[in-house]
Amino acid sequence: MSGPALLSIDGITKAYPGVVANDDVSFAIQPGEVHALLGENGAGKSTLVKMIYGLVRPDSGSMAMNGAPYAPAEPRAARALGVAMVFQHFSLFEALNVAENISLGMENPPRQRDLAKRITDVSEAYGLPLDPFRLVGDLSAGERQRVEIVRCLLQDPKLLVMDEPTSVLTPQEVEILFRTLRTLRDEGTSILYISHKLEEIRALCDEATILRLGKVVGNCDPRETSAAEMAEMMVGKSLAAPARDSAEMGKVVLKVSGLSVDPATPFGTPLRHIGIELHAGEVLGIGGVAGNGQDELLAALSGETPTAPGSVTLNHEPIGNMGPNARRALGLLCAPEERLGHAAAPDMSLVENALLTARMRKGLDRSGFIDWQATRAFATEVIETYDVRTPGPDNAARALSGGNLQKFVIGREIMQDPKVLVVNQPTWGVDASAAAAIRQAILDLAQNGAGVIVISQDLDELLEVADSFTALNEGRLSNVRATGGLTMETIGLMLGGAHDMHEPDKEALHAEA
Amino acid sequence: MFGIDPITLIVALVTVSTPVLLAAVGELVVEKTGVLNLGVEGMMITGAVMGFVVAVDTGSPTLGFLAGMASGAALALIFGLLTQLLLSNQVATGLALTLFGLGLSALLGVGYPGLTPPAVADPFPDALSDLPVVGPILFGHSLVIYLSVLLVAVVWYVLGHTRAGLIIRAVGENHDAAHALGYKVIRIRLMAILFGGACAGLGGAFLSVVRVQNWVEGMTAGAGWIALALVVFASWKPWRALLGAYLFGGVTALQLRLQAAGVDVPVEILSMSPYVVTIIVLVIMSSDRSRAALNAPAALGKVFHATG
Repeated sequence: MSGPALLSIDGITKAYPGVVANDDVSFAIQPGEVHALLGENGAGKSTLVKMIYGLVRPDSGSMAMNGAPYAPAEPRAARALGVAMVFQHFSLFEALNVAENISLGMENPPRQRDLAKRITDVSEAYGLPLDPFRLVGDLSAGERQRVEIVRCLLQDPKLLVMDEPTSVLTPQEVEILFRTLRTLRDEGTSILYISHKLEEIRALCDEATILRLGKVVGNCDPRETSAAEMAEMMVGKSLAAPARDSAEMGKVVLKVSGLSVDPATPFGTPLRHIGIELHAGEVLGIGGVAGNGQDELLAALSGETPTAPGSVTLNHEPIGNMGPNARRALGLLCAPEERLGHAAAPDMSLVENALLTARMRKGLDRSGFIDWQATRAFATEVIETYDVRTPGPDNAARALSGGNLQKFVIGREIMQDPKVLVVNQPTWGVDASAAAAIRQAILDLAQNGAGVIVISQDLDELLEVADSFTALNEGRLSNVRATGGLTMETIGLMLGGAHDMHEPDKEALHAEA
Repeated sequence: MFGIDPITLIVALVTVSTPVLLAAVGELVVEKTGVLNLGVEGMMITGAVMGFVVAVDTGSPTLGFLAGMASGAALALIFGLLTQLLLSNQVATGLALTLFGLGLSALLGVGYPGLTPPAVADPFPDALSDLPVVGPILFGHSLVIYLSVLLVAVVWYVLGHTRAGLIIRAVGENHDAAHALGYKVIRIRLMAILFGGACAGLGGAFLSVVRVQNWVEGMTAGAGWIALALVVFASWKPWRALLGAYLFGGVTALQLRLQAAGVDVPVEILSMSPYVVTIIVLVIMSSDRSRAALNAPAALGKVFHATG
């Protein structure tokens, strides 16, 4: 490489109480390069990019931009030097419109009307159509990401940092995003691309730095390295894909028909004419981009949202108007997506959390009095069976890492021997080995004759565990298809999130170049 | 009807409403930044006693108003430091602030009940305020009343049409995102809390120096709570808050006159009517739940802890 790197990072260390997030990290990003930062959750990727963006200051080490020292004290300083960032969790304001959101991220925003014009121009030029006056709360996840990207593009960044940008996108949307990013790279913009999805990195990036537990464990050219090799560097060991012996389906256990639910909040999604037939021993995968009714569907199945009695039946018994406890008693268990606050009470111990959902089926109380001994034994059993890493069952749920708590939450439901289990995003934010364990547990459960519904945004996961697949789009379910023989393209069309996308306007691009 | 003169009723309406209006507009800005300060009543009554004491001792109502604002803001600063820097619970801290303000004002006001505050000069010449009908209604008030209406207009314009207002709304909508974009969430909230305290304090000083012209322990009598309710039922819209405050003031003024006229309705029902009517009307106005929720600051009352 000739000339100084656009951004070079030298020996950066950052420690938080009890954990070293980054330990002597060094790498360099060249001008016009798409550089991948690869690592599992908790490897220190987010901390590192927060330092690049000026949100966190390193304990030691230095950064240099174009050879000059670079130490942004706040995001404003980073933006002034041409660093722009698209966040993992969107930094958007739902009650404000697109133009207002973009204006908040700019140093010297023009007047609303001029800004709206520029937003339209830039978004057209890069094939990311956006209406500047729509409320962000009404946009899909893919459209929200466009808002973030356009906000960055309006500032002519030299370095664009993208933190897990594809986790909420359909395959078609990912294609469009990659096309935009390649256009940017060809215009000379460097991109720091953070992800744990190996195939994406192989398709897009020129150079990869791999982090594990805060340390750089390797560099590679992702176009020449296989996904398996990169995964091994990332995880530190090779992983076995989950498997099960045979798929034998029994009779229908859970039937949902004509289920329509109005949303509880202004930005919620209404469910429309949902129909599901789940057989014993079947794993049904429900794909779809977040915000298309997943939470509402889970609430309707778990009993948090009561519906007409006949719209949900379990073994031919109408349960639509029953609450969660009545459904648990009959064998329908759920593990919602949000671990802290929905699936588990953050400040309560694991023993108490075990009691909260298992009280009924495991008989953990007698005439209103809790049998703590049995509850503790059950919690300990879950911890041991599902390899939950925690000092003991009396630790607060909040103290566990995301992956460990997820193992506990899923294990708690599975060990109650459900007839039907509904899980939403079972491996979201969970590292690869824990994810593999959770998927294996789901398959084992189905093997033993239970019906399982897996709601997930991770299509690879659904293809791995599910026997049949359906997609949730704007509160409606597509037709159910067997998973075998499904291609990513078919799935993308089923997800249907890409209907308003079109090719970048080639003439506009040429005119700019 | 019952010998009630509509012109004096309107004049009384405006005077009765202004303390509640001032407190409500201040709290509206505070809540728009995502902070719920339940200490409005405490800040109002502290403003009332300090305004009264300073006005009586110095003979200057203007100094009294300034003292009311300063003491309201000082009390708000305690709330701000506790909730924003020490991350205490906003609801509990706000309630404590109200109790503290009620007790503190009783202590500070010892020896002052029964004294007469200096008269407040009218901003307009007699020639204008002596005009028939429009004179007393438009030109017969104290300067603070005009300021309160101006304040509503300014708050409305700033919140809806300026960058500062956009940042305030952004902080109240999603403090984590605002922080990630580099906005000083805590500083912006502290400034709003001080503004809210000053407004409540001015409202209290107006109550004791202009409206009642006396100091009585506990004289705000729930006006701060009405101001809090107004903000919510007005869906965080300044002009609606003004409408609600004037409605409250109007019914209060009317029922006082009905009582004086000896109408054959139990006094208890008349006394509760301003609260009941205001709440019913505002509930109906904000009954479109989804639109009201759209306007509510999404981060209201949530503790902001800057991580990383």
